[in-house]
Amino acid sequence: MADLKVNIAGITFRNPVTTASGTFGYGEEFLDFMDLGKIGGIFVKAVTGKNRDGNAYPRMAETASGMLNSVGLQNKGVDYFVKEIYPKIRDFDTRIIVNVSGSTIEEYVEVAVKINELEKIPGIELNISCPNVKQGGMAFGTVPAMAAEVTTAVRKVYKKVLMVKLSPNVTSITEIAKTVADSGADALTLINTLLGMAIDSETRRPVLSTVTGGLSGPAIKPVALRMVWQVHKAVKLPIVGIGGIMNAKDAIEFMLAGATAVQVGTANFIDPSVSIKIAEGIDAYLDKYKIKTAGEIVGTLQT
Amino acid sequence: MSSAKRIEDFRVTRNVALTPRHFLLELLAPGKLPGLLPGQFVQVLVENSTSTFLRRPFSIHRVNETENTLDLLVQIKGEGTRKLSRLREGDRLNLIYPLGNSFSLQKNGPVLLIGGGCGVAPLLFLAQSLCTNDTKVAILIGGRKKHDLFEIEEYRKCGEVFITTEDGSEGEKGLVTDHSILQKEKLAYSMIYCCGPDPMMESVASVAHMHNIECEVSLENTMACGFGVCLCCITPTIHGNQRVCVEGPVFNTKELGW
Repeated sequence: MADLKVNIAGITFRNPVTTASGTFGYGEEFLDFMDLGKIGGIFVKAVTGKNRDGNAYPRMAETASGMLNSVGLQNKGVDYFVKEIYPKIRDFDTRIIVNVSGSTIEEYVEVAVKINELEKIPGIELNISCPNVKQGGMAFGTVPAMAAEVTTAVRKVYKKVLMVKLSPNVTSITEIAKTVADSGADALTLINTLLGMAIDSETRRPVLSTVTGGLSGPAIKPVALRMVWQVHKAVKLPIVGIGGIMNAKDAIEFMLAGATAVQVGTANFIDPSVSIKIAEGIDAYLDKYKIKTAGEIVGTLQT
Repeated sequence: MSSAKRIEDFRVTRNVALTPRHFLLELLAPGKLPGLLPGQFVQVLVENSTSTFLRRPFSIHRVNETENTLDLLVQIKGEGTRKLSRLREGDRLNLIYPLGNSFSLQKNGPVLLIGGGCGVAPLLFLAQSLCTNDTKVAILIGGRKKHDLFEIEEYRKCGEVFITTEDGSEGEKGLVTDHSILQKEKLAYSMIYCCGPDPMMESVASVAHMHNIECEVSLENTMACGFGVCLCCITPTIHGNQRVCVEGPVFNTKELGW
């Protein structure tokens, strides 16, 4: 039995396994399937300023080794989260990180200010893959200056651990990572979904109502691994690795590349208790190689 | 009351071809089956299929509580369902279940069940449950031609069965809404339940609405998780977007604004 505890900017997680925003609801939906006390933490569904209905159906398309989604951040807004959801989840025996999303800098700040007040939330994950409606809908996370602006604005008002979730739909992930780090982020989580598309050749139409959507699942793992590795070499901040993790072996690959912890996302749809299996698998790997602590393998890829 | 969700390995006890494109899988639970309600569905993991990544949802077609088996009625549509059609007795199949809500079981009948194509899947379980409650049941099934109809004898055990085929090879010719039992001035049913292609369900809903009869339909939206977290399967309702896998798949047509 190794020591699986990891530390991300001052937050200790009992093990490196967490679940990704948008794939685990607010935790409650998984209580029938698993004991949340067996994983390090959960990144809950994105919270925006106001209620959002999300995009029209269809919102998903299965792809080879993955899926596309264009859910559109459907959620009931921060006030509902604070009043109705937080009281129900605050005492879960696992770390709860709130994913913060928005369409304007003001909206991100509004949400961050309100989440800052929640005693049992040790950190937020800033989702900068959202389109900036004031800049023609370009995602905040694709332009260094916009990524810097939103991180700086939230940093001013959010006093706890600020993690920023990076979009992979950029030319240089290291440039964005460095800018975000310089703007005051405490940690980086990457990657978010890759922009993709699916077509139905019988109807001759796109499968998704929004035409394009975000690709997730095993198909994106090689891209995610590459970006984690590049960012780890470029930036000193702790990294949470995300992208197609289906089992412990995948999780360990991310840790070797430089991730201190991982998020399991799409895999939860196929096996709702997979996150526990991954934690157990990491333990078995460490025991097999007689490694005492999970932290020891982080960034030890031999190149 | 819906039972807690679980993930379990079932064993195939029977795989029966009903038509060249439809088959019945009888699955044995590893232990005692939890309480299941008509309208609910399961999420099946298709293994060893490179082009099938996500689970596949199927309505619960029939339940045998004493034998602890449940049946799925499957239409072959793609690689995943084709793989399932090749399952043999003794093969393992992993299910997440029971999922979704259920049809309202009316105590006072008579009630009318209308099914089209593979939409009949949840209606047998519903018919059997209503029968057990001593509710008088009538069933109207529609298909393109005679060969698209199956398990009619099973439905006959629950109540009177009416049939339509588009080519007239069996029963009355036309769509389900063309059947003579729906043309009467007064329809004496306390509820109409319907499952089938969307245009069919919408036509039936119009008929129900015209006669001031409550109508429940079962929707089939594409889904990733099947248990409420991915938010992909939503359908618009008068109460905003609702998840077909949690607030559905059964909806009262008033809720849908049909």
